[in-house]
Amino acid sequence: MSSAPRVGVLALQGGVAEHAAMLRELGAEPVLVKTAEQLAGLDAIVLPGGESSTVDRLLRLFGLREPLRDAVLGGLPTLGTCAGLILLASGIEDPAPGQQSLEVLDVTVARNAFGPQTASEEVALAWGGGGDVVRAAFIRAPAVTRVGEGVEVLARHRGAVVAVASGAVVGISFHPELTGETTVHRHLLSLVAARRRLPA
Amino acid sequence: MTELQTTPAQNSAGDTARTAASDATPLTGSPLVKRGLADMLKGGVIMDVVTAEQARIAEDAGAVAVMALERVPADIRAQGGVARMSDPDLIEGIQAAVSIPVMAKVRIGHFVEAQVLEHLKVDYIDESEVLSPADYVNHIDKQRFTVPFVCGATNLGEALRRLAEGAAMIRSKGEAGTGDVSEATKHIRTIRGQIAELQALYRISPDALYVKAKELAASYDIVLEVARTGKLPVVLFTAGGVATPADAAMMMQLGADGVFVGSGIFKSGNPAARAQAIVKATAYFDDPEKIAEASRGLGEAMVGINVGDLPAPHRLAERGW
Repeated sequence: MSSAPRVGVLALQGGVAEHAAMLRELGAEPVLVKTAEQLAGLDAIVLPGGESSTVDRLLRLFGLREPLRDAVLGGLPTLGTCAGLILLASGIEDPAPGQQSLEVLDVTVARNAFGPQTASEEVALAWGGGGDVVRAAFIRAPAVTRVGEGVEVLARHRGAVVAVASGAVVGISFHPELTGETTVHRHLLSLVAARRRLPA
Repeated sequence: MTELQTTPAQNSAGDTARTAASDATPLTGSPLVKRGLADMLKGGVIMDVVTAEQARIAEDAGAVAVMALERVPADIRAQGGVARMSDPDLIEGIQAAVSIPVMAKVRIGHFVEAQVLEHLKVDYIDESEVLSPADYVNHIDKQRFTVPFVCGATNLGEALRRLAEGAAMIRSKGEAGTGDVSEATKHIRTIRGQIAELQALYRISPDALYVKAKELAASYDIVLEVARTGKLPVVLFTAGGVATPADAAMMMQLGADGVFVGSGIFKSGNPAARAQAIVKATAYFDDPEKIAEASRGLGEAMVGINVGDLPAPHRLAERGW
């Protein structure tokens, strides 16, 4: 009943180890996911930052896109950070040629919306409506340019929407795993706990 | 030396552990955001490109970033002469062609070439031994820049000296432009082996770390950090001689966080197929079935040069110290 939640981290490319370390620190069991079989038995999944066009290509080349999409649509609590947010989005304004997304979160995103690496920055960000502040690192970060119906906005940065949630899916533009900020991951684990309380 | 460098120190805190914490001041160019971009490149392939067309092929194949330059190392080697920073028009042409990060190279110690690349808003600067050194004493003071730097290293001491100067990513040097992976193997094994040695000393004989720091010609504090954590505080890629999917996967199995491929792609028979195959093998580096699949039908690999046949003055890895 109270066993450590098994949280997948999509491990095709990007900042995988940082998410795994943070999940372990919070008492979860991280599971690196590179194949469809590894999706079985997960309580949640994290789509980490990386190069979104590379991850999209690998997902499709190795037949992982559809099983991952089915898992998220099936209610698996999901957190996408940076490139992970781009993967979740239903639309990308400026995709790399041929780039696709999972289309599981009703938002449109713009890649690299704040400028080149010299504009990447660490900031303190108001999170949710309860007066929480999170330490966020934006690195060639995307922004949400259209928020669909029923999608909640959790944070804004420089006038742009940078954190959204819909059902058990959370997408953020920034990297809490780099600053050691645990608020967002704890939120993901609370979604797992809520799901476990539901009758099977 | 500082009066020669006219770049204002945009982040005077340099590599100290300054973070935004709870104050509201945004912080650009901090060690965390510089190193953070390299973190997001892990598990990926960074490809040398000399035209916008090649950059698009690289992006389409799944590269995580491209290195914009005028000549790949194999051609620098063949043509000889002084190799310098690329023409800004070429770099901007490549920036306009792709949406993935664009890196570019400067000569060792050439801080004005670095100022120019920062002005052009490249995403990463490679202070590279592939170009002709501009200073045989000093490397660039990389802490003075907002743009992050990657530097080459053949051993741990060299890597730690580059970190002290502000490098936010390290790549083992290998021997660029040869297609011979043996030097890349040697350098990644050396760096990883030296880290393991420090880690063992930390457990059994931490007092010996003071002398180790002296031997490595690096500060005690950073030696202690590496000994305690068992890893560099930045991402470690491999470069110099990777030409096949199996080469890339071997570097990953030896502990690299990702690979740079220079001449190996666009000096081969079928660049688009080979680029994608190397991306696949890097992601699934521990899966022989997928590496085998990726290795099929790629056509000719770059012809290459055995490093043993290179006279010493032509070995690029010996540039930098």
